[in-house]
Amino acid sequence: MIGRRWYVPWLFLAPALLVTALMTWGPLANTSVLAFTDAQALGGGQFTGAENFTRLAEDTEFFRALGNTALYLVVVVPALVLLPLLLAQLVHAKLPGIGAFRAVFYSPVIASMVVVGLIWSWLLSSDGLVNAVLVKLRLVAEPLPFLTDATLLLFSCMLVTVWKGLGYYMVIYLAALSNVPNELYEAARVDGAGAVRRFRSVTVPTVRPTMLLVGTLSAISATKVFAEIYVMSSGTAGPGGQAKSIVYYIREVGLGVDGEVGYASAMSLVLFVGTLGLSVLALVLRRRGERNEA
Amino acid sequence: MSVRERTDHPRAAAAPRGGRPTRGGGRAGRIAVPALRYVLLLMMTVLLVGPFLWQLSTALKSTGEPIYGPDTTLLPAHPTLVNFGKVADVIPVWRYIGNSAIVAFASVLTNCLFGAMAGYALARMRFRGRGAVFAAVLASLVVPFEVIMVNVFLTVRSLGLVDTLLGVLLPGAVSGLSILVMRTAFLALPKETEEAAAIDGAGEWARFWRVALPSVRGSLAVVGVFSFLFAWDDFLWPLIVLKNPDNFTLTVGLQYLSGTFTNDQRVVAAGTMIAVIPLLAVFFALQRMFFRGIGEGGVKG
Repeated sequence: MIGRRWYVPWLFLAPALLVTALMTWGPLANTSVLAFTDAQALGGGQFTGAENFTRLAEDTEFFRALGNTALYLVVVVPALVLLPLLLAQLVHAKLPGIGAFRAVFYSPVIASMVVVGLIWSWLLSSDGLVNAVLVKLRLVAEPLPFLTDATLLLFSCMLVTVWKGLGYYMVIYLAALSNVPNELYEAARVDGAGAVRRFRSVTVPTVRPTMLLVGTLSAISATKVFAEIYVMSSGTAGPGGQAKSIVYYIREVGLGVDGEVGYASAMSLVLFVGTLGLSVLALVLRRRGERNEA
Repeated sequence: MSVRERTDHPRAAAAPRGGRPTRGGGRAGRIAVPALRYVLLLMMTVLLVGPFLWQLSTALKSTGEPIYGPDTTLLPAHPTLVNFGKVADVIPVWRYIGNSAIVAFASVLTNCLFGAMAGYALARMRFRGRGAVFAAVLASLVVPFEVIMVNVFLTVRSLGLVDTLLGVLLPGAVSGLSILVMRTAFLALPKETEEAAAIDGAGEWARFWRVALPSVRGSLAVVGVFSFLFAWDDFLWPLIVLKNPDNFTLTVGLQYLSGTFTNDQRVVAAGTMIAVIPLLAVFFALQRMFFRGIGEGGVKG
């Protein structure tokens, strides 16, 4: 454009760059450096090479957290790929009042995870509604320890994650479904395909790129699970702290008064490698999806 | 794809059956389909809204009324707001709401203003280093906060901002996503109006503030809504950076309420309702705009 001083763009960028540098790139660089030291929250820290990582390899608590997070991923991701698609199918219709249903299904997304976690803690407690119904129907003799057994607690948290995520991914699928030409369904109908068959042979192939996207997005967010476990266990991570996730463990190790910043940074790098792998996967899949559409 | 080939089916054959099979005095089967759909929709409504309503019901029950056990009723027999008052006796809930509101509105302001400024520079100005800045913004999207939280805390601590609302605000003050959404919005604007303004002698800032910014109100609204929700709902970072219970935001305060002082589920339920009802009210009032906004680019993250 017309004669401009060189620094003008930088003035426009300055606040954003300052925040990003200070709050993202600086801490990331620090994490990468401190991971190779024995730095403590109170300061200090000597270069210790790969010692943190060898310690990590022998830390049973870390492996438990890793295992819990992996289990979380394995259960939550398929559920969040499939269920929101079915939900989107359900609201992908021109019927009176359908907009209201969409909004209603989205409302758990709006609420904070703390609110949702507390709501479900009450529903799933030993005095809660879910146990009352299960006992009443004589499905169980005693109330199930949904929140006080480490494994059941994890599954309760997964339920909460899925319940809260349904609406979010439903909206992503809705955008994809609106691109499926109606003629495909009509053709399948003419061919005598039933609803299940139409879903498998028409819907799934056309929204497959979106399913892959939802899969990677939900996998990235499941890898970072924290609030569900913290809230549902009142900050204890279950009996003996056995239901910790990776983020839960990083916070515990790195952020106490005697926080082991170096060791926590090493764990953070491991987590980063995991999420980065999933992000790259998402990018590749999206690229491929776009090529297929073109 | 094999399915696509099947669209070669004569469209003429499909056409008469097109449109909505529900209309007209069709056979029973044709009416049953939308009826079945409504039944499923209602079931899902119960599943997704029921938990909120059960919490609300618990919050409205008086101390004399059982909230569990065989005599529990679905609806409160004598609805009362007394539990909502009790929340304020146990935790300084108004203060927490105030803290959350300050952080959330500040986050809306910083994300909209600074995000728009950066997005404008990236979309409209040509300068050395633009590619690098854009790459850095894009790359920041793949750095999860959880990975760097320990070191963000150290940075915030060295800035002397532990236990302050500014400390809560700072990490999310200008997200990479806000910058990208605004950049995309400015790219979609025709350049001519700004060029005309430039010829009229308007400076860079005037062109940005008076000409470009008012034209991207829709995207500003999207950035604003999502910044607000993110800040209002955030839990992990405020939990880390706030130590003194006087400074808590609402999410951390609610967790504190449920854990520390009270075993009365009615009061906890009332607390969660205080946190979520205003949010849901605004959401349902603005839902049309909201879903359009998501369609425009909110889901990219």
